Amino acid sequence: MRPARFTAAADLEAAPDPRRRWRAPGGRLILRASAVVAASLAAIPLTYLVVRVAQADGTEIVRALWNARIATLMVNTVGLVLAVSAACLVLGVATAWLLARTDLPGRRVWLVVSSLALAVPSYVAAFGWIATTPVRGFWGAFLVLTLCNVPLVILPTIAALRLADAASEDVARTLGRTRWRAFLEATWPQIRPASLAGVLLVALYVLSDFGSVALMRYQAFTWAIQVAYESLFDRTLAAVMSVVLAAMGIALVAAERRIRGAQARTGSTVAARTQPVPVALGRWRWLAHGGLAVVAALSLGVPLGALARYLLLRTETSTTVKTEDLLADALSTVGLAAAGAVVALALALPIGIVAARFRSRLATATESASYLGLALPGIVVGLSLVFFSLNVAPMLYQSIWMLAFAYGVLFLPKAVGAVRSSIVQVEPGLEDVARTLGSTPAGVWIRVTARIAWPGIGAGVLLVALTAMKELPATLLLRPTGTETLATSLWRLTSGTAYAAAAPYALVLIAVAAVPALLLTREVAGGKRHPEETL
Amino acid sequence: MSELQVRKIVAGYDAAPVLRGITFTVPHGSLTAVLGPSGSGKSTLLRVIAGLNRPVEGAVVVDGTVLSGPRVHVAPERRRIGLVPQDAALFPHLDVLANVGFGLPRAQRRGGKALDLLEMVGMTDYATRMPGELSGGQRHRVALARALATEPDVVLLDEPFSALDAALRAEVRGQVRQVLRRAQTTAVLVTHDQDEALSMADHVAVVDEGRLVQVGTPAEIYAKPASRWLARFVGGALVLPGTWSDGAVAGPLGVVPANLADGHVAHPGDTVDLVLRPEQLSVSAIGAGGGPGVIALVRDVAYFGHDAVVTMDLPACEQPVQARVLGDQQWRPDSEVLVGVRSAGLAFTRRRIPKRLADL
Repeated sequence: MRPARFTAAADLEAAPDPRRRWRAPGGRLILRASAVVAASLAAIPLTYLVVRVAQADGTEIVRALWNARIATLMVNTVGLVLAVSAACLVLGVATAWLLARTDLPGRRVWLVVSSLALAVPSYVAAFGWIATTPVRGFWGAFLVLTLCNVPLVILPTIAALRLADAASEDVARTLGRTRWRAFLEATWPQIRPASLAGVLLVALYVLSDFGSVALMRYQAFTWAIQVAYESLFDRTLAAVMSVVLAAMGIALVAAERRIRGAQARTGSTVAARTQPVPVALGRWRWLAHGGLAVVAALSLGVPLGALARYLLLRTETSTTVKTEDLLADALSTVGLAAAGAVVALALALPIGIVAARFRSRLATATESASYLGLALPGIVVGLSLVFFSLNVAPMLYQSIWMLAFAYGVLFLPKAVGAVRSSIVQVEPGLEDVARTLGSTPAGVWIRVTARIAWPGIGAGVLLVALTAMKELPATLLLRPTGTETLATSLWRLTSGTAYAAAAPYALVLIAVAAVPALLLTREVAGGKRHPEETL
Repeated sequence: MSELQVRKIVAGYDAAPVLRGITFTVPHGSLTAVLGPSGSGKSTLLRVIAGLNRPVEGAVVVDGTVLSGPRVHVAPERRRIGLVPQDAALFPHLDVLANVGFGLPRAQRRGGKALDLLEMVGMTDYATRMPGELSGGQRHRVALARALATEPDVVLLDEPFSALDAALRAEVRGQVRQVLRRAQTTAVLVTHDQDEALSMADHVAVVDEGRLVQVGTPAEIYAKPASRWLARFVGGALVLPGTWSDGAVAGPLGVVPANLADGHVAHPGDTVDLVLRPEQLSVSAIGAGGGPGVIALVRDVAYFGHDAVVTMDLPACEQPVQARVLGDQQWRPDSEVLVGVRSAGLAFTRRRIPKRLADL
């Protein structure tokens, strides 16, 4: 816009033109439009699934829904979700309390050990258990999923315990409560939102878990969807089950959002926080050490022991893996993950910028759409995109682009979170000053906003790539024929009981998963991040 | 020459207007302080002048060029108006010199111009430091140099000293005033601190709830406040009820000489409010020949060294009365003293009656 050089009084006295008052400049319009496009793309899997089910024959759906197996699967899945959630809640809060509020020696070491379970993908843990023990079925799935997911409760609870006011527990003691009652009445209400949000996330992961229930031969929804899909006769059944699963996932994410919103509103009520005096454990500390050691042995010792057994005691059989196969799988894994991270970034940039800079219904709506990736199990996204590519975009069927797109949708919440928080970090005041110093809005973005935000965004993209490397169910459905990734090879070899051949894959996958797990553990325990960004 | 005119500005966020018609002019090379309590719309006014907020009505004119107005909105980057924000807002990824040179053409960013400005604010030795390594006062000096580097027509300062501690504030204030005078830049300073406004500015514009209450030199604002609220807000004031009789007000302090405030009309016998500054009151011992006055009971003494504030109870008055006296006078709580008035107070009528009606 050129500065107009006039001062005619008549023009100044003219009535304001109301139409121009709220018009957004062109740049913002493009940004908002791209956010809407990105959100619509992210909504494709769910939309297409619903369309597919709506188009199916009504009687077929009714038949599928009243199929006796659906009820069994429902009971199985809900039962597993409830059991694991309850176990994680008790185990997680107890561990967090031990590590945050007692004088247990070596608390820092125990914190790292307890959160290392995040570095073991659940199907790798399941591989460890079935390769070395006879545990199978419900108890196998329950054990593996509890041990793998308990850090999702431990870490946010520790963060909340560190923020919670310890003095109120002291006050409760002076008002006649026992230590246990004082914890329940004074401290638990303060940490409850954080712990429950963690538990809901655990429930979400259990709901969407495919690898470990399949390896444990436990008839949960995800596995049944895969079986129904592969049987080729019953794709409508697979689609109907996917819609049911998606609905459950969306409900869990909505509940988690709501708890987090409430948590943000609660805040602290104290002006100066007193450093809590650690509870002296005395002789009980040996029990604490013992308990933590048992959990660590089960969650880390069993999978790592299985690895050691099959890697060190190499048997000369045909089931050992060739190095070049492993290398080829690793290469294709990295390539696919990188493509997925690029897609996620492309979708996340407009959504994240709009979420960080504009408070509007549009910002809320596009950000919510990105959370579909968290709510939809990988198997559902995979299945929906198979249908979508077969019917709408056949040239994309079994192409790496479809798989990259699936990764982009699945890990969009992480990417949006990274973009949003990196940009929120850039004070709007800096952008204002840059404008008054003669930079155009685009210039401000290049010279100020992007320059300050890019390390955070880059870290987020790397995290997406590392997470995509261990993705299993969507990869199984969408990978191009003949292409194997580390995760799919491990799954194939373990299913065929070729444990020695699977062991190197498990080792590489643990190494891949350990990086983001360790990086983010400290930030979650410090309250700087939400646990959903960890896995 | 660069004269800033703000004309009938109405502006706000979403539906509610924050500014409801503000008009004032800043002459070339002078500094006008916009003074108001927090939430009065001061910062919004600066954003409107800078072009970061588009007014709903009214105009911003610099040297006869309309920058904001009906159908005109010059983008902030084309206005030649610099901004020094409250928190300095230095670019955290750039060193001090690059911050100062941000607004210059690419070739000059690390050149003599930026260095000259650093010298002007006394920060030459810090050219390669990062903003995180500077103290609060240093950051504000760099922010000022950055705003002046592009030779803007107008510089806007948004509560630039509120983040500094008291000792540093006076020092940085003086430095900033000096730099602005030397650069002969027209400046607008937004503040809620009356000392800052009175001591730094050539003119003060007092804003309350989005409206302009009074514009004038610091002395005018202090000596002739336009309202009781303004008298209390700037400098603090004692407001006592009384009865008007030509040139004087009879009330709890006896008969006190007073002038009527501008635009106020009273007849003998009308009820008025008498406004007195704490330093207009004198305190003396009873029976020491200390002149006329009424007896009061000392309730509290706050001692500041150079002066002291004595809080007293008057027999005929519910509210306590404060007098500012020199520090060498010493009064004890619970002692009885004589309170007198040194100079004429200002009288406000309770209702503003149009002159013709009042004559009837």
